[in-house]
Amino acid sequence: MHTALLLDMMADAAPDRLALGRKRDGLTFYEVRRRAHHAAEWLQAKGAGTVVFVGLNGTALPIALFAAGMLAKPFAPLNYRLPDADLQKLLARTAPSVAVVDDDMAGRLGRPEGVTLVTRSAFEIACNQSGHSEAAFDEDHDIGVLLFTSGTTGEPKAAILRHRNLTSYVISTVEFLASEADEAALVSVPPYHVAGVSAILTGVYSGRRIVHLETFTPEAWVATAAEEAITHAMVVPTMLGRILDVLEKSGETLPTLKAVSYGGGRMPPPVIERAMRLLPHVGFANAYGLTETSSTISILGPDDHREAMASSDPNIRRRLGSVGRPLPFLDVEIRGPSGEVLPPGQSGEIHVRGDQVSGEYAGKKVIDAEGWFATNDGGWMDEDGYLFVEGRLDDVIVRGGENISPGEIEDVLRGHPQVADVAVFGAPDNEWGETVAAVIVAKGARPSTEDLAGWVKARLRSTKTPEVWAFRDALPYNDTGKLLRRQLKAEFAGPAKQPASA
Amino acid sequence: MELKPGSRWKSVVCDTEVVVVRPPKTEADLRCGGYPMIPNAEPKPEGKTLSPDFAEGSQMGKRYADDETGLEVLCVKPGAGTLSVGGRPIGAKEAKKLPASD
Repeated sequence: MHTALLLDMMADAAPDRLALGRKRDGLTFYEVRRRAHHAAEWLQAKGAGTVVFVGLNGTALPIALFAAGMLAKPFAPLNYRLPDADLQKLLARTAPSVAVVDDDMAGRLGRPEGVTLVTRSAFEIACNQSGHSEAAFDEDHDIGVLLFTSGTTGEPKAAILRHRNLTSYVISTVEFLASEADEAALVSVPPYHVAGVSAILTGVYSGRRIVHLETFTPEAWVATAAEEAITHAMVVPTMLGRILDVLEKSGETLPTLKAVSYGGGRMPPPVIERAMRLLPHVGFANAYGLTETSSTISILGPDDHREAMASSDPNIRRRLGSVGRPLPFLDVEIRGPSGEVLPPGQSGEIHVRGDQVSGEYAGKKVIDAEGWFATNDGGWMDEDGYLFVEGRLDDVIVRGGENISPGEIEDVLRGHPQVADVAVFGAPDNEWGETVAAVIVAKGARPSTEDLAGWVKARLRSTKTPEVWAFRDALPYNDTGKLLRRQLKAEFAGPAKQPASA
Repeated sequence: MELKPGSRWKSVVCDTEVVVVRPPKTEADLRCGGYPMIPNAEPKPEGKTLSPDFAEGSQMGKRYADDETGLEVLCVKPGAGTLSVGGRPIGAKEAKKLPASD
């Protein structure tokens, strides 16, 4: 089973259905397969190896992904937003490879050894030759996709997703051709994010048209969703907040939109509550997953959202901050420091096992003998099996032996009327080892640190009340919406750099 | 027949093609239309006709699972024959739909 076979099946079953792009000039499933076949033949002639993609979202992306699948070569989309030197380093790691590169990015890549650079415009011409390619390829499908992790905690690692991991995820979660002909998904996550890859595979297998935003802006997202009668979309939390701002200003209601899933970072409760009020006809789903798990492993569905929002029971209400329940064909456990399985309510490390879990990096398999993958995410489950993710274990603050998760403190501070955004992390402390530090982006008048400390203390324990405070105009995020806590932590690490409170 | 995960098989009496999603725990005699399926790359033998007892057809995109051996296959090309293991017709199962794809 391999990724190109998913396209092949749909091109046989619904050849004339629109697969990619806009209503007026989109490509059918039949046409996507025809172009991908030409692309595969052309890439092979260029000296096949890993098929690298450096560029914006668009038709060329899924065609290159499926062409790589036909060739039985790995597909490696790279983060074009990295500084040139870092991008060149990643590209060199893909050799031997053929890299399809946006024309205006080609100059940034140098001439890495073992990498053949081809421009996106040349690739698109090659895909669009007339007739049908007769080329046949190797059938030894193994590695489907190579994704470099965002590297918020160090050098990017090359996560390996095998064809069987990816296709297992797709056929377990999507019924073949289950979408209505008028459904369309708006994809605005970048090509190098696992959600960008899984959106293409699940979209094609369900027979749903995919509309790519070249790159995310909230204005373009709202305009495209309205023009293209978008029914489904996946966003990261920072995108959703900005989309809501545009909707509020413009009065656009997006009547065709049915389902929005979000993931890739912690969703602040006020943002999702606002989204549910502004878009009452939309079903929201919180999808939690990792690159190493071929995307989603746990989901808080639309009914869960509505039930939590309407409930006065704090145990149900708090589920709005959970990632729902693990997918039924996966195993999830919370384990303590010595590997013991923890009961509901206790925090530990989230472990997962299943066919879609690769848990593998280039040169290193991190799955144990029983198939379990340690996610490096902290979390706990409630009595009903709802999973609460506390964040990367690297981000946990250890204050005098007590483990403190920054997320919970950030949620409380974000509820303060004069706080627009906040980052909480550990700062070095002579007495406690680490102490809780908070960097605040104020909304309107800057609140006093006494006021903020009192706000936290009234809602959480005093050990969780930040002792180091600073104010900024903005917080550092990477482009997929992940808060770069490490960057702030490093700034606060040297005692000489310790800023005065306020 | 060695039903390895990912291996592709075809019917000798109709257009059905399947991919093995989950291998059997024990030897499994996978048939379509009453006759053993063959590796996709092999040429189809001449002169076989569909058994009327196994002519319910296969459906594209359906997963067919045999509880007894644990074998699970995905139909990637539909045809007129019924899929069976050891003489038992095997049934189609539904994907566990994600709420996000409602």
